This record gives sequence, C-alpha cells and structure tokens, in this order.
Amino acid sequence: MADFLAFFGKYLPVLLEGTLITLKLTAIGLGLGFVIGLPVAVARVYGGKWIGGFANAYISLFRGTPALVQLFVIYFGLPDIGLTLSRLTAAYLALGLNSAAYQAEYFRGAIQAIGSGQMKAARAIGMTRIQAVRYIILPQALRLVIPAWSNEPISLLKTSAIAFLISVPDLMTEAKYVASKTYNPISSYLAAAVVYLVLSFIVNGVMSWVEKTSAIPGLKLGSTRS
Amino acid sequence: MKNTILRIENVSKIYGETEVLKDISLEVKEGDNVVLIGPSGTGKSTLLRCINQLTSINSGRIWLDDEEITAPGVNHDQVRQHIGMVFQDFLLFNHLTALDNVMVGPVRVLGMDKEKAREHAMYELKRVGLEDRAGHYPGQLSGGQKQRVAIARALAMDPRIMLFDEPTSALDPELIGEVLEVMEKLAKEGMTMVVVTHEMGFAREVADKIVFMEKGLVVEEGAPKDIFYKPKFERTREFLWKITELYGDHDDDDDDEEDED
Amino acid sequence: MALFDIVVYILEGVGITIAVTLVALPLGLVLGIVFALLRIYGGKVLSSLAAVYSTVMRGLPPIVLLFILYFIIAGSINIEPFWAGSISLAIISSSYQMEIFRGAVLSVGQGQEMAARAIGMSRMQGIRYIILPQALRLAIPPWSNEAATVVKDSSLVYALGVAEVLRRAQFVGARTYQPLMAFSIAALIYFGLVFLTSRGLSILEEKTRIPAF
Repeated sequence: MADFLAFFGKYLPVLLEGTLITLKLTAIGLGLGFVIGLPVAVARVYGGKWIGGFANAYISLFRGTPALVQLFVIYFGLPDIGLTLSRLTAAYLALGLNSAAYQAEYFRGAIQAIGSGQMKAARAIGMTRIQAVRYIILPQALRLVIPAWSNEPISLLKTSAIAFLISVPDLMTEAKYVASKTYNPISSYLAAAVVYLVLSFIVNGVMSWVEKTSAIPGLKLGSTRS
Repeated sequence: MKNTILRIENVSKIYGETEVLKDISLEVKEGDNVVLIGPSGTGKSTLLRCINQLTSINSGRIWLDDEEITAPGVNHDQVRQHIGMVFQDFLLFNHLTALDNVMVGPVRVLGMDKEKAREHAMYELKRVGLEDRAGHYPGQLSGGQKQRVAIARALAMDPRIMLFDEPTSALDPELIGEVLEVMEKLAKEGMTMVVVTHEMGFAREVADKIVFMEKGLVVEEGAPKDIFYKPKFERTREFLWKITELYGDHDDDDDDEEDED
Repeated sequence: MALFDIVVYILEGVGITIAVTLVALPLGLVLGIVFALLRIYGGKVLSSLAAVYSTVMRGLPPIVLLFILYFIIAGSINIEPFWAGSISLAIISSSYQMEIFRGAVLSVGQGQEMAARAIGMSRMQGIRYIILPQALRLAIPPWSNEAATVVKDSSLVYALGVAEVLRRAQFVGARTYQPLMAFSIAALIYFGLVFLTSRGLSILEEKTRIPAF
C-alpha cells in the first residue's frame, strides 16, 4: 500500500497531463452530443415517417454498436473516402456522435413525458409546431430530463478512455506510458483508476448540484399527466 | 373448561420514540373470536404482528398453547407455522396461481407430498368458495377473491389461531360481504380468531369478545352486548358512536326511519 | 481480396465474440445475484462492502478495469487473453448486474417477504421461493440492456489481442487497404448481434410474464 502511494505520488503529474485531454474529450463529446442529440430527439418524436424514421435509425445504429468500432470507422475508415481527421478530432467526433444517440433517448423520454397535452394547449393558442416545441415543450423537457441525463457525463467520461486505442494522449495513454517505463502495469493502471474515480466523484457532485438547483417545483419525470 | 390458545402478558412495543403498545394483556381461549376495535394507529395491527413474531416486542411475554414463544432461543419460523395471518393488502404471491399460493406453504415449509398438498389446497379453496379459480393468478382475481385465497393460504397450514389484520379495509364495499361470510363460517366451525376490523356489524354479530384499544392500551373489553349497549367508559361510547355513524349502523334509529313509509 | 472474402474473414471472429459474451454474461449474472443478496440481506459489513464494490466498479471505464484485472489475472495464473478478458468483463458486468437485481428485489416489496414469513417460511425460503422468482422476472428489461452492453464491450478485448470481430476487421482492413469497408462490416455484425440479443430477451420476457401482473 505504501509502495503504491509512493508510486502514485511520483507519476501523478504525468497522469494529470493526460487527464486534461480526458476532460476535454468528455466536455466536447458531451457538448457535441447535446447539439446533435436534441434535434435528433425532436425529429424522432415530431418528425413524420421519413425524418422520424431516420432519427430512429441513427439512434439505433449508434446505440447498437460498440463505441470503439465507431471510433475506428471514423479514424481509420473515413480516410478511405478522403476525410482524414487528426486523432483528437476523430475522437471528439466519435464520442460526440455516440453520446448524441444516448442523449437523444433521454430527451425523447422527457419530451414524451411532457405529453401531447402541452402541445395541444400550445397549438390552441395559435403557436406553430416549431414554436410550441421551442417555447413550451423544450423548456420543460430540458428541466425534466436532468436527473436521467446526469448519467451521461459520467458515462462519457468512462467511454472517453477508448480514445487511447488510437493513441490520443489522454489519461489512459499516459498510464500505458508509465506502465512501459516502470514495467508495473498494475500500479500504473490502478493509479489511472484512482484519477478516474476522483473525476467521477467530482462530476457526480456537480450533477447533483445541477439537479437540485434546477428542479421545477412539483414536476418529476413519470408524474406528469396531461 | 376451554383451553387457552393465546396468552399475552404486559406486552409493550416501542418504535423509535413512540410507545405503540404500552401494557397489553389479553387471553384468547379455544374457539374464541376476539375482535379488536379502536382508532387507527393505536397499535392494533402492531399487536397482531407481535403475536406472530413478525415484529419483536420490547417487554412482556406471549404464550401459544403452553409454549412461551417470546422466550429466547425459540424458532420463530416454526412458531409461525401455527399462526395464520391475513393481511389488509392480501399479499398473495404474485407469481403463483391461487392453488399454488395455497400449496406453497405445505409443500415448502411442511414438506408435504405434492399430490397430498394439492388435495389439501383444493379442500381449503373449496372452503372459501373458490375452487373454480384455482388456476387463476392474483392479477386475475377481484379483491374479495384475493382475500379469500389469502385466507385459504393461511388455513392450509392448519393453524391453532388465525389473525386477521383489517381484512376488508382495502376492499370495495360490494366485495366486503363475501370475505366476512367466510370469516363468519370459520368462526362457526370453531376456529380461534383475533380480528382487527372496523366492521361493527361483524363485531357485534360474530365476536365472542370485543376489545377496545386506544393509544396503545386496552380501554375496555367484554362481550359484544356489553360493549355495544352498555359501555363502561366514556371514550368507548364516543368511539362506537362515531364509528357506527360512519358505517351506517344505528339500531336505535331504525324505528324513526321505518316510520317513513 | 473480394468483398465476400473480407466478410467471411471478419465473420469468423463472431464465434469468439459470442464466446466472450457467453462467458462474461452468465458469470456476471451469478456474481451479480450473489452481490445483490449480500447488499440487501447481508449485515452491515457485507452490505457496505458490496455498496463500495458497486460504486467503484461502476465509476471506472471498463477498459481501465479490463487492463487492471487482465494484468492481475494473467500475472497470477497462466491463462490465455481470451479467458482473462472474459473473466474481467464478467467482473465488470457483475457490478452493474448487482444494481439491476438489487432494484428488482426492492421492487418486489417487503409485503411479499412478510407474507412468506407469515406462513412459516424462513428468510432463505422466502427469498428462494417468493422473492427471487418475482425479482428475476422484473429484472429482465434492464438486464436486456446490460446484455447488449456486454456484447458491445466484448469489442474491448481487441486491446488484449484476442482475435474477435474487431481485431479481424482491423487486420483485413489494413491488408486490403479497405478499412472503411472492414470496420463498417464489423459494425453491422455487432449491430446484428445486439439486435438478436435484445429480441431474444424480449421473447423471454413475454414467455415468463406473470399473467395480469
């Protein structure tokens, strides 16, 4: 145990360099996932046969295949059709597209929980569908979705680790580097695990705070009627 | 001289800060039908759960037949084989048919042969009038039917005494009758019973002894004709008036109403 | 190399992918149920240990755990990456499955346990004959999710050099200079496996549904 602590102290700075990249991967993946996922969710719920169907196909595809395979398709496969991305960009894109599918499902759940009643009421006062979605449905859905959605940042943090398999210089890659230098893979990856746990803990804390401060009094997912 | 099946002596039960049962003593003889009445939350249900040891008591002693079941080292699971309990919310085993619900105790707990247990279970289901629902699942039964299956389930274990914890409180009014009928039949057949209920009609007609409890204490006990018509304590009188008002059971007013044709 | 040959080459990895899943999922199931029971019915110590296990294992990226467990297992006993990887995935999955079964047992409710005790069943009998049969059925939908996740996570053993679908796709993609084709085929194969798994479990759910519950 004492050996591990010494090991940990010694190599933490190295690991922290990678941690920054890991955090960037998580943040950008989350943001991209939000920007893509929300429209996809709206399309899924309100789109007709074609648009809704396409959104559904997107969601099924990205949730039904491993993130690692998606990453490889983007990084190794796209150059085939002339689209060569840097490691980091490929990782951002893959994580973003992957997260978008999961986020779309969360948003879909929240939008459907708000209920068709709200849409009816909005149309009844003369709003177009788009206006109703923008001013009535989404503001409520985005608040309602927070407890479920708050699983996503942690999930993305964990998924981001696969980027190391295309040599993105993240926390895992640094851990691998330390492992090869010290011939002590167990301690190296254990050290990385400790850092991931601390990051998880912090993200969880932030999400709890967000949940608390944004709750609409009296509104809970699963308790809306209309 | 009738045997004493159940004896409760100075039982008290504390939940957190509250003393739910203060100092309860009660004796139930063989074939007796004792009905506990009183305001909600006065520990009547708790008392039943203390009798079959689902809840432990803080002080006092309880005897079933001549065995002290509150003594240290007593196997409570075994004791419960001899005490039948019927719950307010039925609590039938959702994944089993009515027949299986009644059979599972004899087969799994008593080690009875499956064929024998099936016969025995059908007998009990017949006793509560539900032999044609044997293959139904709880979700396919009405509330009254569920409760009757629950009674059959408890009877299948051949208990020395049956405890009923507000057996009709969760039922729609039209379904209450069928359950009370079964309970009355059991009482006539000589089953020893302790019943917690708000059904005053049942209490008055079927009980051998009424016990009025409030705030964890026995306020008054006696034969129905004494309790209902000549209660000794003011509090008893108050409670009975309110409750019969609620459940529509004023015998003294009958004359006034009948004059109206 | 013709397209057909590429597909066949990659498909030959399906056996390994399925094998990894067939080791990891059931082993994770057994461990998951045991841990769930410890968490709910174990005393203070066991319950807390199980809770810590759950929090830690679910807070880490599967690939990190895979590496740690792989090096620990392969470091102590001489087994192939296939087994080390599959067992590691089982251990990872067990923490998620523990939460699923814990949720399911809690959904069954205390009333059912009380009724079981009331007819004289011991705690063990109540769990075995009354609680678990109901909990297992309630667990099927979330478990179906976890099964799909394990099928997808099996791709991670790529990193241990195991010759499953992804590694084969990478190999043949590099050899034929058609990585996009190869990895897309791999993606479709996984999609098919996930789809079949979910479908199969849906059917299981229908078959074991308690009537009118």
